[in-house]
Amino acid sequence: MYNETVMEHFTNPRNVGEIEDADGIGEVGSPQCGDIMKIFLKVEDNIIKDIKFKTFGCASAIASSSIMTDMVKGKTIEEALALTNKDVVDALGGLPKPKVHCSVLAEEAIRSAIEDYKKKMK
Amino acid sequence: MTKRRVYVDNSATTPVHPQVLEEMLPFFNENFGNPSSVHSFGRQAKKAMDKARERVAVALGAKTEEIFFTGSGTEADNWAVKGVALANKDKGNHIITTKIEHHALLHTCEYLEKHGFEVTYLDVDEYGLISLKQLEEAIKDSTILISIMFANNEIGTIQPIGEAARIAKEKEIYFHTDSVQAMGNVKIDVKELGVDLLSISGHKIMGPKGIGVLYIRKGVRLDNLIHGGAQERRRRPGTENVAAVVGMGKAAQLATENLEQHIRDMTSLRDKLINGIYERIPHVKLNGHPTERLANNVNFSFEFIEGEALLLSLDMVGIAASSGSACTSGSLDPSHVLMAIGLSHEIAHGSLRLSLGEINTDEDVEYILEQLPPIVERLRSLSPLFKQCEGGKVSV
Repeated sequence: MYNETVMEHFTNPRNVGEIEDADGIGEVGSPQCGDIMKIFLKVEDNIIKDIKFKTFGCASAIASSSIMTDMVKGKTIEEALALTNKDVVDALGGLPKPKVHCSVLAEEAIRSAIEDYKKKMK
Repeated sequence: MTKRRVYVDNSATTPVHPQVLEEMLPFFNENFGNPSSVHSFGRQAKKAMDKARERVAVALGAKTEEIFFTGSGTEADNWAVKGVALANKDKGNHIITTKIEHHALLHTCEYLEKHGFEVTYLDVDEYGLISLKQLEEAIKDSTILISIMFANNEIGTIQPIGEAARIAKEKEIYFHTDSVQAMGNVKIDVKELGVDLLSISGHKIMGPKGIGVLYIRKGVRLDNLIHGGAQERRRRPGTENVAAVVGMGKAAQLATENLEQHIRDMTSLRDKLINGIYERIPHVKLNGHPTERLANNVNFSFEFIEGEALLLSLDMVGIAASSGSACTSGSLDPSHVLMAIGLSHEIAHGSLRLSLGEINTDEDVEYILEQLPPIVERLRSLSPLFKQCEGGKVSV
């Protein structure tokens, strides 16, 4: 059902947790759909210095969160905003079709956290 | 060291019992005759069919001429509902069933609704039980069939089938029950229960896949689902799957002969599992009825986590179970049964069904109780919903 990369990220997810004094927090999804992704950002000089996540959802939701946080860590805000769900799917080596929405959730989660960061900066 | 494997998905399917397999094997290439043939090969196959039919009849308390073999439990359900609907449409177009039926029933009813039939879907309470009062109130002059499952496949709740059948009988309405999960876990006697139609399946009772049975009480009017030759007294044509029929007969015999012992064994394992989970894991809810439940069914919701992630984690340590989560159903909604008993979406998403069988042991239960708590804990540590609850009231 899932490839090795997905299973690896599900079993050993990177960047799990929360950041107490986060510069930006994003939360997407809903318990009704069975997926909630929460992202915490630490930003310095326009660069994502640290990122943590907590996810309620299936294995692909957890794997998508994990790989997405890895992909944007150390990147600029603009680079992180350019990340698409397809990038997430590709990095995972593919997701089963009914699970592609998990990668969309990962894209929305990072955008939502950055939006929150930008709001706080104003 | 080989990885330990524990199969607790016996409501999905069971292994074929060695004695069943042994009786089936000669009918693949030795006694391969067509039961409709006149020659000795055919007669041999016919004799085996008769013996199997007799065994199923004895198991259900029916007459042999009331037992009809089908290709699956699903086919038996389809036949009962569509067959009665079409044969009795001059009398009325109303069917009563429940919200927690198997899809074999629900989707058949939805199909009939598209063809002019009217269907009432009875509610169930928080334990999954129907209300006999609501059943009585739902009956109309146009009601031609009541179909209520004997025991639920997900949460194991056992319905008061005898009482429901009595209500149907008083109003002269046909009564069908899908007994696919009940068979082998509950005593079934069609005459005592007073049902007109009853479906069972082979592979849920250590028989082969691809075989089911519809009990049709003598005198019940129903149309064929399949048209063709003279097999099954012209009511279910198609050359018989003789090996599977033989297997069904043996499986039904074994399931009823050892029923009391089986129920005792399963209840003991079930309660050990239920109590063990309650003791070891906080924020859990047992789904289904505490006592009116199948001896082999355990269904828990684990708050703050999702069922598919739980299933995969269990699978990694060799434990095979199932879930009512949307992610395992191929749709966006969690199981209709869990929704019907009033669970919130997030609780329904976190459900886990452990269904026991003959192959399970005390050691299996101990292994599950050892493996499950750290898995739940790990998934909760990833969940944003969990923190809100720590040290305080549960708020999802």
